[in-house]
Amino acid sequence: MGKSVVVIGGGTAGMEAAGRLAHEGYSVTLIEKGEEFGGHLRDWYHLFPDRRSSDEVLAYLNNQVSHQNIRLLKGQRVTGFQRKGNEFIVSTGGGDTINADALLLATGFDLFKSQRKEEYGYGIYDNVITSADLEMMFRKKDLRLANGIIPERVGFLHCVGSRDEKVGNIYCSKLCCVTAVKQAIEVRKMIPSAKVFCFYMDMRMGGALYEELYKEAQEKYSVSFIRGKVSEVAVNINDRLVAKVEDTLAGRPLKMELDMLVLMAGMEMSEDGIKLADGAKLKRGENRFFQPADHHFGTNIGNMKGVFYAGACTAPLNITETISHARSAVTEIVNYLNSEK
Amino acid sequence: MDKFGFTLSKARVIDYEANDRTIVDYIIEREPSLKLCIECGCCTATCTTGNFTDFSLREIHILLKRGENEQVRQKIKKCMLCGKCILVCPRGVNTRNVVSLARQAFRNTEGYEF
Repeated sequence: MGKSVVVIGGGTAGMEAAGRLAHEGYSVTLIEKGEEFGGHLRDWYHLFPDRRSSDEVLAYLNNQVSHQNIRLLKGQRVTGFQRKGNEFIVSTGGGDTINADALLLATGFDLFKSQRKEEYGYGIYDNVITSADLEMMFRKKDLRLANGIIPERVGFLHCVGSRDEKVGNIYCSKLCCVTAVKQAIEVRKMIPSAKVFCFYMDMRMGGALYEELYKEAQEKYSVSFIRGKVSEVAVNINDRLVAKVEDTLAGRPLKMELDMLVLMAGMEMSEDGIKLADGAKLKRGENRFFQPADHHFGTNIGNMKGVFYAGACTAPLNITETISHARSAVTEIVNYLNSEK
Repeated sequence: MDKFGFTLSKARVIDYEANDRTIVDYIIEREPSLKLCIECGCCTATCTTGNFTDFSLREIHILLKRGENEQVRQKIKKCMLCGKCILVCPRGVNTRNVVSLARQAFRNTEGYEF
């Protein structure tokens, strides 16, 4: 065959697609801006719904990309690309150019920057943390407050940076609900005496085994769910966080003290993805993610011939969906390369 | 002198720290299925009492969990224990037993008249 593909982004989608393309006999260059491959997966401890270690998935992906047909470039940023005839010329920050017959963008997502919701106090109060910070604590198996004390009451606040026009994100990031449920269980497992509360607007548990996990959190781990989005967080004289929320099912405001509040940060189109898209005039949708050619039949296909998308650069996706999306991208790329002479 | 009718209003906020949750703890210990409630309101929709009065078993579940016991104590007398709510509950909560246990808890706990 002898055709080549450049894959931009060495996270879950990029690694899975690169591996599959290499196994199909294509020559692949996988470019990652960071110092390691694996993307956000490297920051996560366990994955929902079965609490599988993320290291297991990372091991699978690393195995996928150890193939003679793959050239791995890390610590290199793609600054832009051009299409000349049927060929792409990809430029990297180091001044190199790489030629390719097809291009797969797997630039992923950025976590919503929770400082933007100032009323929740992230970056102001030490014990207001994000879901990603909590995963790092899980990874270190050391879950404590800033002063070293073990938290006895932990709150999870859903929809931080999602379903919020005030920050320009009208969409649902869709995997924070189940992540909160999973993390609530992990907190209870690590600190059996802890009381855990989830503050939610809707519990969006639409995925295989999600509802079961939700039920398990209630039944086995006594996690409490309070319908209402926290409006603001303060610290009281006892140095405890105080969350103000409407308990919408009681129809009354509620005030509750917490030792720790975890903000379930949503997913946004990555800033680097935006730069790349705008530089090459690739279409982006209302939610700033890449806009695929068709929401049913062409979710991997870009508006420029030979450009394909995989993973969370198109919409919030979980790991399972990302891997499936990467595989379907490979099918589209193979079809495309076969049709081009 | 004329009175203008200005008074101090009692705060409507549920003060979680100030509230007593021994009643709900008593119920959950004996009827753990209460933890499974997802506040769908099926119990209230089918409830005969709820169709003629402001009795809502869903609301009572929430008030119990928040420790708003005085309200529960007043409302819970209305239930006729017919058990239709058990038949419709999608999470299998033994709703009638929750009511029975709540009444029992109020009777057994000092400070509540029942």
